[in-house]
Amino acid sequence: MSDHHHHHDHDHSELSETELRVRALETILTEKGYVEPAALDAIIQAYETKIGPHNGARVVAKAWTDPAFKQALLEDGSKAIGTLGHVSRVGDHLVVVENTPDRHNMVVCTLCSCYPWEMLGLPPVWYKASPYRSRAVKDPRGVLADFDVTLPKDIEIRVWDSTAETRFLVLPMRPAGTEGWSEEQLADLVTRDSMIGTGFPKTPGAPS
Amino acid sequence: MNGVHDMGGMDGFGKVEPEPNEPMFHADWESRVLAMVRAMGAAGAFNIDTSRFYRETLPPHVYLSSSYYKKWFLGLEEMLIEKGYLSREEVAAGHAMQAPKALKHGKFDLTQVERIMVRGKFARPAAAPAKFNIGDRVRAKNIHPTTHTRLPRYVRGHVGVVELNHGCHVFPDSAAMELGENPQWLYTVVFAGRDLWGADGDPTLKVSIDAFEPYLDPA
Repeated sequence: MSDHHHHHDHDHSELSETELRVRALETILTEKGYVEPAALDAIIQAYETKIGPHNGARVVAKAWTDPAFKQALLEDGSKAIGTLGHVSRVGDHLVVVENTPDRHNMVVCTLCSCYPWEMLGLPPVWYKASPYRSRAVKDPRGVLADFDVTLPKDIEIRVWDSTAETRFLVLPMRPAGTEGWSEEQLADLVTRDSMIGTGFPKTPGAPS
Repeated sequence: MNGVHDMGGMDGFGKVEPEPNEPMFHADWESRVLAMVRAMGAAGAFNIDTSRFYRETLPPHVYLSSSYYKKWFLGLEEMLIEKGYLSREEVAAGHAMQAPKALKHGKFDLTQVERIMVRGKFARPAAAPAKFNIGDRVRAKNIHPTTHTRLPRYVRGHVGVVELNHGCHVFPDSAAMELGENPQWLYTVVFAGRDLWGADGDPTLKVSIDAFEPYLDPA
């Protein structure tokens, strides 16, 4: 038995019905020659190790320190990110939207789960679940309260419902007190939620 | 279709519950489902719009009570059965019993993993000039197709403003039903919150969707 079958080694009596059904499907797809299990392992490994919010954080930190890059990023997100060698490759039609003192952006997919995987990794459960999908477009301040996020009353909230091929990344505002910080230091302040619009970057000096 | 998946603006689902230090997967089987969906799609068994449609057509009580990857699994299994890649007998037996059906792009193996880690390209050449310009006022059509669409119910009948033009793209409504790519212009259309939700709505709210040209009329 090869390495990729390590998860088959448990007693089946411990397994849920769903787990048994999923294993059965993989067995059939493998026996019929449709998929190579090692290729499935490689997909999972890539999501677990290579693709994640660190990619988006690097892009945000670069935009905070390099005005020309920021401008290019807002004009064509995919193209600008394509010039950075040190982040994951990104698909077409990534749109970067900028938070300002007057406007806060939030991203949702009311119909399913569209999300900028290459920049943020796989979405968290809450992003794909009914409470967020139903309320984000109608009561975004209520949703933000669930994240302990409060915005000034007069700030515009712009919700981007990702209904088609476009993927959206929020460019949060650079935290105060970070003058002179390096890109690497700044990237550590950028959270996943701040790039969805349900949070802010970490505050310098605050416990993480 | 007007399914339970079209959730924008529905009430009663409760609070959003962020999970501190959420793991990438909550069980091993979730990761296998993700990988199988990606692999079989890349092998040409179905397109992304068709796979979305199969999840939407799960019975509402199943859709609402299943976790995210459970929905993916149920949609995948049903789609592969209906398309002839496996049979209900095989699913019941847990083993292959019949000859495989040829996949459009062949077996999904290790050499193809890197290619699928970046989103596919859905932009297509335009068959006709764009009907709308940035700044145009448009009304989302009051349509209720019983098949797949990416026009959410909460904007139908409402007037918004064209803000971005993303070029021409594969039209999900056609592609999901395997009626061809039928590329259409795609726009970001922004709506005032109070136009959508009435006088009680948040006055500071603006909501945009990405709308294909067939969803829109001049306003």
